[in-house]
Amino acid sequence: MSSQPIIEARNLDKFFGKFHALKDVSISVRQGERVVVCGPSGSGKSTLIRCFNALESHSSGTLVVDGIEVFEGSKDVRKLRQEVGMVFQQFNLFPHLTVLENLMIGPMKVRKVSRDQAERTARTYLDRVHIPEQAEKYPAQLSGGQQQRVAIARSLCMETRIMLFDEPTSALDPEMINEVLDVMVELAETGMTMVVVTHEMGFARKVADTMVFMEEGRIVEVAPPDQFFTAPSSDRCRMFLAQILEH
Amino acid sequence: MALSETAGLHGPPIPKPPVHQQVLNSVPVAVAIYAIVVGLIVYGSFAGAQNMGYNWQWYRVPQYLYSFTDDGFQWGEISVGLVATIRLSILSFALATVLGLVVALLRLSGLVVGSAVAVAYLELIRNIPLLVLLYLFYYVLGPIFGLDRYVASILTLAVFHSALISEIFRAGINAVAVGQWEAAKSIGMSTGQAYRYIILPQSVRFMLPPMTGEMVHLIKSSAIVSVIAVAELTTIGRNIISDTYMSFEIWFTIAAVYMVVTLILSVGVSFLERKFTVDQ
Repeated sequence: MSSQPIIEARNLDKFFGKFHALKDVSISVRQGERVVVCGPSGSGKSTLIRCFNALESHSSGTLVVDGIEVFEGSKDVRKLRQEVGMVFQQFNLFPHLTVLENLMIGPMKVRKVSRDQAERTARTYLDRVHIPEQAEKYPAQLSGGQQQRVAIARSLCMETRIMLFDEPTSALDPEMINEVLDVMVELAETGMTMVVVTHEMGFARKVADTMVFMEEGRIVEVAPPDQFFTAPSSDRCRMFLAQILEH
Repeated sequence: MALSETAGLHGPPIPKPPVHQQVLNSVPVAVAIYAIVVGLIVYGSFAGAQNMGYNWQWYRVPQYLYSFTDDGFQWGEISVGLVATIRLSILSFALATVLGLVVALLRLSGLVVGSAVAVAYLELIRNIPLLVLLYLFYYVLGPIFGLDRYVASILTLAVFHSALISEIFRAGINAVAVGQWEAAKSIGMSTGQAYRYIILPQSVRFMLPPMTGEMVHLIKSSAIVSVIAVAELTTIGRNIISDTYMSFEIWFTIAAVYMVVTLILSVGVSFLERKFTVDQ
């Protein structure tokens, strides 16, 4: 893991109308680092990672991702998004395209690679997420877990350098969560830079280099997992962990 | 859906409708009432025509649809008029669709100027009667820009219907989930690419039913161009009547021809629609 920061956020603030969603947030992610962000709902976790690929624009502060300064109206936003993949809670696959087409459309239309090349890449990544046999199906014919794995493969097909996960398992039935987490663990083992918003603490323990706890728009705690799970410094974080680790 | 099915099977029984509704909805009663109502209307109109001494000449009508002469089979005037109406409608509808899409995209562009222009256009078109719009295009803009009656008709119909079509586009585009935009953007697509490859293909299934309605509406309102004597179905009907004085027969026939065309269209599209939903 290099010490080069690939995401560098300083003093980010974000308002939705009058609602103060991010309050003076600073965070730095190194290349190859796996960061897991947790916290109660409405704490700004999703907003933060959505800022990283400019799906939300921050109101003030500076944000540099993969050497590109992100700000509202920046012309480099599309270049940035080609380097930063995003996996959504609701999968957001394109329902009118087959699985294979879902994976091919980005490389073909955005990166302008040939159809053959795009199909080869798509099949490679479908193998990686263990569903090569579903290539010709439509998203609606797949289970939730399979759909989310396709969504991960769709991002990977863009040959991204950073992957953002916005609660990737929250919309899944319990028995499908592991198949998605397994794929994410394998991805982490390849050295991908990952920022994951999740409540799956087992996964966090296994892959995270750094744990981040957010509450009410602020980053309350940043720590390596050993310390985070055994001796969190803030009371609020301890309470949160007690609640979600109870079962 | 599953709930209402099982409620009758396993849950408490579905309450029966009141007796008078059961009787009225039973097949023989419903058919009988329907036949009586239609019979009365048909009888009434023919009796009325008889009373005013109308001389029915239905036998003279088919020659206006088609004829066999020494030269072989020939289409009649009404059939030629129908083709003209269809051509006029298709050209107008194509132009209306393009205009409607542009107006819808302007409105959704997020630019203040864009939506102001779009809203002004919509309000202007919506608040002028179609007939007045036709006169404006033919008698005012026609001489200025050298539009002949056919072009003026196409423009009138296209502009008038583009207002409604733009609303159909807008609703169809808005009906696609926000997540689709986000997914398209997050793989680096531009707004144009997202529209073209992701949003519009999905909007089609929301837009197909209202668009058919609009096409039917356009075919019907195309009859209005007969007031500036563009050769189409209604104009030809008027011409035949002025030659033959068979107003009852010809207007019934013209009305039936419009109905057949629009019904075929509706049935065809509902078939398409079903195919679309199966595919997804």
